[in-house]
Amino acid sequence: MVIKTEGLTKKYGKLTAVDGLNLEVNEGEIFGLLGPNGAGKTTLISMLCTILKPTSGRAWVNGFDVLKEPGMVRKSIGIVFQQPSVDDLLTGRENLAMHNLLFGVPRELRKQRIDEVLSIVNLEKRADDLVNTYSGGMRRRLELARGIMHHPKILFLDEPTLGLDPQTREHIWEYIQELAEKECMTVMLTTHYMEEAEQLCDRVAIIDYGKIVILDSPQTLKNNIVGDVVKLKQQSPDIDSLRKLDYVKNVQEKDGLLYLSIKDASKHLQDLLAHTGTIDFVEVRSGTLNDVFIHYTGREIREAEAEGGFWERMMKR
Amino acid sequence: MNEIMNEIEGIYAVWLREAKIYVREKERLISSVISPLLWIFGFGAGVGSTVNDISGYSYQVFIYPGITVMAVLFTSLFYGIYIIWDRKLDFLKEVLVAPVSRASVFAGKVLGGVTDAMMQVIFLLIIGLFINVPLTLPVAVAAFLMLLLISIAMVSIGLVIGANLQSPEGFSLVINFVMWPMFFFSGALFPVSNLPAWLAGITALNPLTYGVDALRGIILGINHFPIYLDAALMLLFALVAMGAGILSFRRM
Ligand SMILES: Nc1ncnc2c1ncn2[C@@H]1O[C@H](COP(=O)(O)OP(=O)(O)O)[C@@H](O)[C@H]1O
Ligand SMILES: [Mg+2]
Repeated sequence: MVIKTEGLTKKYGKLTAVDGLNLEVNEGEIFGLLGPNGAGKTTLISMLCTILKPTSGRAWVNGFDVLKEPGMVRKSIGIVFQQPSVDDLLTGRENLAMHNLLFGVPRELRKQRIDEVLSIVNLEKRADDLVNTYSGGMRRRLELARGIMHHPKILFLDEPTLGLDPQTREHIWEYIQELAEKECMTVMLTTHYMEEAEQLCDRVAIIDYGKIVILDSPQTLKNNIVGDVVKLKQQSPDIDSLRKLDYVKNVQEKDGLLYLSIKDASKHLQDLLAHTGTIDFVEVRSGTLNDVFIHYTGREIREAEAEGGFWERMMKR
Repeated sequence: MNEIMNEIEGIYAVWLREAKIYVREKERLISSVISPLLWIFGFGAGVGSTVNDISGYSYQVFIYPGITVMAVLFTSLFYGIYIIWDRKLDFLKEVLVAPVSRASVFAGKVLGGVTDAMMQVIFLLIIGLFINVPLTLPVAVAAFLMLLLISIAMVSIGLVIGANLQSPEGFSLVINFVMWPMFFFSGALFPVSNLPAWLAGITALNPLTYGVDALRGIILGINHFPIYLDAALMLLFALVAMGAGILSFRRM
């Protein structure tokens, strides 16, 4: 177990941001925390990386207690914060050099490591420019380069691709996967992008109001919980009789449409339509993590409620 | 051994960042040069023209040690505001999550602030040569060392305040309540030898008084307290301030 928490809790006055969390993350795993804005993801990560004290409960990172041995925890981890923390008035290279010193990278490896990560995030050409001339995406990439440069055993990524264009985002996913494999690094990342969690993570914990709602591999979550989704429109649907069908797992009505979670829709669609009778409209698709999320929370994670933090801060500079 | 090396490199990393930014932010350099010039030439020469010589020195020369202390005081205390900005912009998180002790982070920051202040001191010592302040090399070195000690103490105080406050506005408010009384009741602008009892009492409680007295002793040979008392009290004050600073950084 590389990360373990027991009843980990953080309260801000009356608000419980992280609520009695029990969690175990295995070595070499890419573990996702998926949840809407305000779910408590950043708070959880801050406690794990020792910059925030838990209200109660315990946590171990790389076998070290976050409260009793914060120094050892810090030696084991790398982190990319949700809010950019690269230094504006230094160049990209200077930021990395400072990190080498702070994280005790052996002297003979320093230059090589800097060149290595710069090439990975494609910043070689701009490495000697001041960071305040970088775009938001470039800062993010520099931050990522910095987080992995000292080859941490565990890498925390708080919304690593927030505000990046799709191309860069996929590039970074690829890179995280490659690195996790090559270095046998454990990655814990938070996101509210469904595709990110689906494509990248070995296991995903859906987190809402500081609690874990469900935890499993994206594939299992999708197959077991939602399977396929059939969207139906019908004048006066008989929802109760639909629920009784053994291959129908769940029925939800929203905006005059019916959403049916169905095990193996290709096999059962004919039967389903025979059962419903005349319909105005039907659409079949495979379930996504979004459907899982809706299933458990009754809400949707919308891109629209994505945290403004990163961009707001970019604009203010 | 390795641990110690890590801490030293951590201190160096924090200092290096501060030094680079000091050189790059021209406003910091310019303002730290302008204000002491105004005091020496505007205030010192202006008031000096209506005031008799004190202990055989012109008023401008008499307040020179006090002005250098003031320059160090202002720059050092105000340096604490950068920690608030660092925190607001999250630059500090990178340092706080590093496997380097908070004492080292604090030490690096203190060195950064002291570097700012001592650049100014060097500039002021050069100015001193041009206004007939009796500066020999040993005097200049002794003055430099004493100012260094004052700077360490004052940067620490500034950082303590900065580490415990959230807003730059709040910092300015608090620092004004610390800085001006410290300056006015230190004898930087007047001799402390024949003050009314209440004022003498206040100045005796002000740690900066001993800094000013030491410096006036070193540069002009005018001492009110024994110099070793000045130095010892200043050292004690610096140690207490650094202790408070380390505690504040641990809680950050
Ligand atoms: N310093 C703080 N003081 C008070 N409330 C906070 C603080 N930090 C976070 N919160 C609250 O805790 C909850 C969880 O926040 P956060 O961990 O940032 O969520 P997420 O990262 O999942 O978006 C939110 O309701 C947020 O408003
Ligand atoms: Mg967050």
